Amino acid sequence: MTDLSRRKLIITGLAATAGVSGLGVAARIAQTYGLVPPDHGGIYGLGETLTYASQRLLTRHSLAREFPRSQISKPPLANEIPPLNEAFKRLQAGGFADWRLSVNGMVDRTASFSLAQLKSYPSRSQITQLVCEEGWSYIAEWIGVSLSDVLDVVGIHPQARYVVYFSIDPDWWESIDMADAMHPQTFLAYGMNGNELPVGNGGPLRMRLPRQLGYKSVKYITHLTVTDSLKGFGKGLGSASSEGGYAWYAGI
Amino acid sequence: MARWGSVQAPLGAGVPSSASAVPATTVISRHSALVRVTHWITTLCFLALLVSGVEIVISHPRFYWGETGNVLTTPLFQLPIPSSRALVPTGYGYVLPDQNGWSRYLHFQAAWVAVLTGLLYAIYGLFTGHFRKNVLPGKADLSWRRFSIAVANHLRFERPSEAEAWSYNVLQRLTYLFVIFVLFPLAIWTGLAMSPAFVSAVPATVTLLGGQQSARTIHFFVSLALLLFLLVHVVMVCLAGFRIRMRAMITGRTGAHMERI
Repeated sequence: MTDLSRRKLIITGLAATAGVSGLGVAARIAQTYGLVPPDHGGIYGLGETLTYASQRLLTRHSLAREFPRSQISKPPLANEIPPLNEAFKRLQAGGFADWRLSVNGMVDRTASFSLAQLKSYPSRSQITQLVCEEGWSYIAEWIGVSLSDVLDVVGIHPQARYVVYFSIDPDWWESIDMADAMHPQTFLAYGMNGNELPVGNGGPLRMRLPRQLGYKSVKYITHLTVTDSLKGFGKGLGSASSEGGYAWYAGI
Repeated sequence: MARWGSVQAPLGAGVPSSASAVPATTVISRHSALVRVTHWITTLCFLALLVSGVEIVISHPRFYWGETGNVLTTPLFQLPIPSSRALVPTGYGYVLPDQNGWSRYLHFQAAWVAVLTGLLYAIYGLFTGHFRKNVLPGKADLSWRRFSIAVANHLRFERPSEAEAWSYNVLQRLTYLFVIFVLFPLAIWTGLAMSPAFVSAVPATVTLLGGQQSARTIHFFVSLALLLFLLVHVVMVCLAGFRIRMRAMITGRTGAHMERI
């Protein structure tokens, strides 16, 4: 019996050691390959990391579903919009002629684009679904410039890992990893269903990420920062929604 | 003979097929450790999924069929409850507090644990013969006569015979089979079909169901079916003897004499 329990003890000990060091190695590998989300701390960190890591391994290059024009939702839903501030109203009064998108951080050339400049780059369109975390959805044609085209213009440093983007509403900002930033369907959208992007849907300029839930598609974009770490932004959780208790990665 | 055996039968050569042959004080192992541990982990996960799922539904208690649906579309049906979002016309004059942040975090964490636990259980069940011995109905069980006897006994709320303390009757077996191999997989499938990133990699997950909103509606009904199973399951455990059944699922042991306590 003592033999048996000693053997059991040794096996249990070995299994525990292997388990703990296995977890350590897994954590190192996950960090190296960018599989750990900024909100990995806390009690829900395990689930978030599993979700983000497996989505990154499975969906890095996959394309969001696109739909035929006949499936465009009519009318397009303009959901709740935050009260627009004075700065927005001033720009709106001027027909958004003075709207600027500034880009800085880990870039070769900081830049500030007008809407006309953004529209001078190749215009792209996609008919994709916008899904809200609440459960509702609609399909629209989104017209804009690929975020990757804008990033190519400013030239991003090789160590860049995230793009942080800000709304004119100071409480509304998000970030995405480079896989999403360079994804061909990630747009800075300025048009919808053949027209200008309505204010209710985020006009004049909105981020559009069809592979993530609606709250990552921040409206009224004025500023982008390219960075290798999210620690310096707010509480370091990567977005206003993470600070409000919502997951940073919203591919699910 | 084998059909009556539990996974761990420490008494050696099988368990007697009729209760009368069992000494009144016999204590046998009813459920293996893996079945017990995965059972309770799944219980915790299911409760977490249920609570967080209800919270998520409250933010938009309308259901649709097809690809899209929102407050401008006619719903398939709407739950007569207030909502946590002002956008939803509920007829109630107030809006509930938004709880979707932690609800969504908890929902997916519990889903991960449930899926990994279920995977472990499925592998165990396939390789040890647990499914074949304890869950698949035996050939004899699948006759209409046996089936109608089982149904009639349930309808009369008859306490299970002592033999049933070691094994499942045909109704239980068919129910567990349905829950393990139909409802849980369907809940996972329809859940994945709502993920915009997952369906970008595997579009068939959602197109086979007829669209993202159809997936959400099916997910809701599958959850209702699982909730119904949970309620009936708990009622049956109480009818069959709460203490002995709980003891069997916690310690693994059951004793024929306990049945009469």
